[in-house]
Amino acid sequence: MTAMIEMTGLKKSFGSNHVLRGVDLVIPKGESMVIIGGSGTGKSVALKCVLGLIKPDAGEILVDGKSALTGDRDAFLAQFGMLFQGGALFDSLPVWQNVAFRLLRGKGKLSKPDARDLAIEKLRRVGLKPEVADQFPAELSGGMQKRVGLARAIAAEPRIIFFDEPTTGLDPIMSGVINELVREIVVEMGATAMTITHDMSSVRAIADKVAMIHEGVVQWTGPIADLDDSGDPYLDQFINARAEGPIEAVR
Amino acid sequence: MILLHWIDNFLASIGRSTMALFASIGRVVMFGALAISHLIRPPFYGREFAAQVLQIGFYSLPVVGLTALFTGGALALQIYSGGARFSAEAVVPSVVAIAMVRELGPVLGGLMVAGRVSSSIAAELGTMRVTEQIDALTTLSTNPMKYLVVPRILAATLTMPILAFIGDIIGIMGGFLVGTNRLNFNSATYINNTVDFLEFGDVFSGLVKAAAFGFIVALLGCYHGYHSGRGAQGVGRATTNAVVSASVLILAANYILTEVFFTS
Repeated sequence: MTAMIEMTGLKKSFGSNHVLRGVDLVIPKGESMVIIGGSGTGKSVALKCVLGLIKPDAGEILVDGKSALTGDRDAFLAQFGMLFQGGALFDSLPVWQNVAFRLLRGKGKLSKPDARDLAIEKLRRVGLKPEVADQFPAELSGGMQKRVGLARAIAAEPRIIFFDEPTTGLDPIMSGVINELVREIVVEMGATAMTITHDMSSVRAIADKVAMIHEGVVQWTGPIADLDDSGDPYLDQFINARAEGPIEAVR
Repeated sequence: MILLHWIDNFLASIGRSTMALFASIGRVVMFGALAISHLIRPPFYGREFAAQVLQIGFYSLPVVGLTALFTGGALALQIYSGGARFSAEAVVPSVVAIAMVRELGPVLGGLMVAGRVSSSIAAELGTMRVTEQIDALTTLSTNPMKYLVVPRILAATLTMPILAFIGDIIGIMGGFLVGTNRLNFNSATYINNTVDFLEFGDVFSGLVKAAAFGFIVALLGCYHGYHSGRGAQGVGRATTNAVVSASVLILAANYILTEVFFTS
C-alpha cells in the first residue's frame, strides 16, 4: 500500500484562530478517504492546503512522494480534479466550456469541437442531457450545477479527486444520486479520492476509510467497517448526532 | 487620569489607522507589481482581453461622451461670463479646448469610468472569490492573475486614452454648440481659434493621464474584488472601496502628473 497523499504535522492559524494544530493523515493510492468533523474544524483548510490554495504555517504535504509546496505548479495541479461546495462554475461561460475548461487551455489543449464532444460525454456520464451543454450555470438547478461541477472535476481524467461537501444543499434523493455517482466514478477511474462532508449518508456511500478532524487534529481514522464500534467517544457522538458528549455543541 | 487615558486611546487610534493605510498602500503596490509581472509572461488570454476591451472601453463610450458634452457646454458659458469681466470673451474657444484636453476630458472621464468600471470589476471578482470560482481557476491550472486581472488592467490602460480622446472631441463640440448657438460666435472663427491655440503637448499630456487613470481604475477594482470579504456584505464593501479609492487616487495622480507635465 503506497501513499498518494501524506500530510505530516500540518498547522495553520488565521490570526488567533488556530485551525489546524498538527494534522497527520495518509491517503493510500486508489482509496476513497472521507474526512468528517463539525463545521469550522479545519476540514476545508486541510484540503486547500494540499492544493496550495492556502499556505500552511508548518508541516509537510507529499503527493505521490513529492512535496506539494515546491516544484512545477501546473504539472502538480494537472493531477487534481475538484468538486467545490457551491459548484464554483464560471457563470460567464456556457456549461460545456465550464466542463472542458482545462482542455481548452494550456499544454495538450484540444480543438473546440473535440473539447465540446468530450464535455458532452462527461455530462452524459453524470446523467445530464447534451442540451444542457449550451445553457449557462445560472439557468440550472442546484443538483444540476453539482453534476456539472462533477463533470468538470473528472473531465481531464485526474488521478486525485477532491469533493468538498458534495451533497450540501441538495434534497435527500439528489444527495443519494450524487453519492452514488461519486462512488461509481472513483471506482471506475481508479482515482484517489478525498471527500469532506458532515453528511453521514455520504460517508457510508463513498468511504473506504474515514478520518475525523476535531479541534485541528485527526481525532480518529480507520476503515469504514470500524466506524460504528470505534470506541472513540468523539466519533460516536458525531456519527450518532448526539447533542451530549465530549464535543461541545456550542462552538 | 481619565483625560490621559482618552488622549492615549485617541493617539493610538490615529497610529493604528495610519499603519493600516500604509499597509494597504503596500498591498496595492505589491498587487500591481505582481499583475505587471504576469503581463509580460505567457500564457496570454487574448479572448479575455478582447472581451474586456468591449466591456471597459466600448460600453463606457456613452457615459464618457455625455459627460464631456455637458462639461464642454458649461465650460463655454462659464468662460464667456468670466471673460466678459475683462472683455476677453474671445478666449472661449481656445480655453474650452485647452481645459477639456488637458484636464477635464481625462479627469471627468476617468472618474465616470471609475464609477462604472471599478465597481463592476470589484463586484464580479468579489463574487467569484466568494463563490470559490477564483480557487476553481487555480485548481484548473489557470492563474487567476493572468486570466482575470491582467486582461482587465491592460484593457483599461489601453482604452482609457481612446475614450479620453473621443471625450475631448465631444467636449470641444459641446463648447462649439453653446458658443455658436448661445454666445453668437461665428462657427468658422470658433473652429479656427480652437485649432490655432491647441498644442500637441496639451493633447498628449491628457492622453498619458488617461492611461494612468485607466490603470488605476482597473487595478483598484481588481485588488478590492480579489481580496473581497465573505458574503454579500464583503462584496458590497469591496465595490464601495474600489470606487472610492480609485476616484481619490485619480485626483491625486492628476495633480502629480500635472506637476510633472506643466511645471518643468
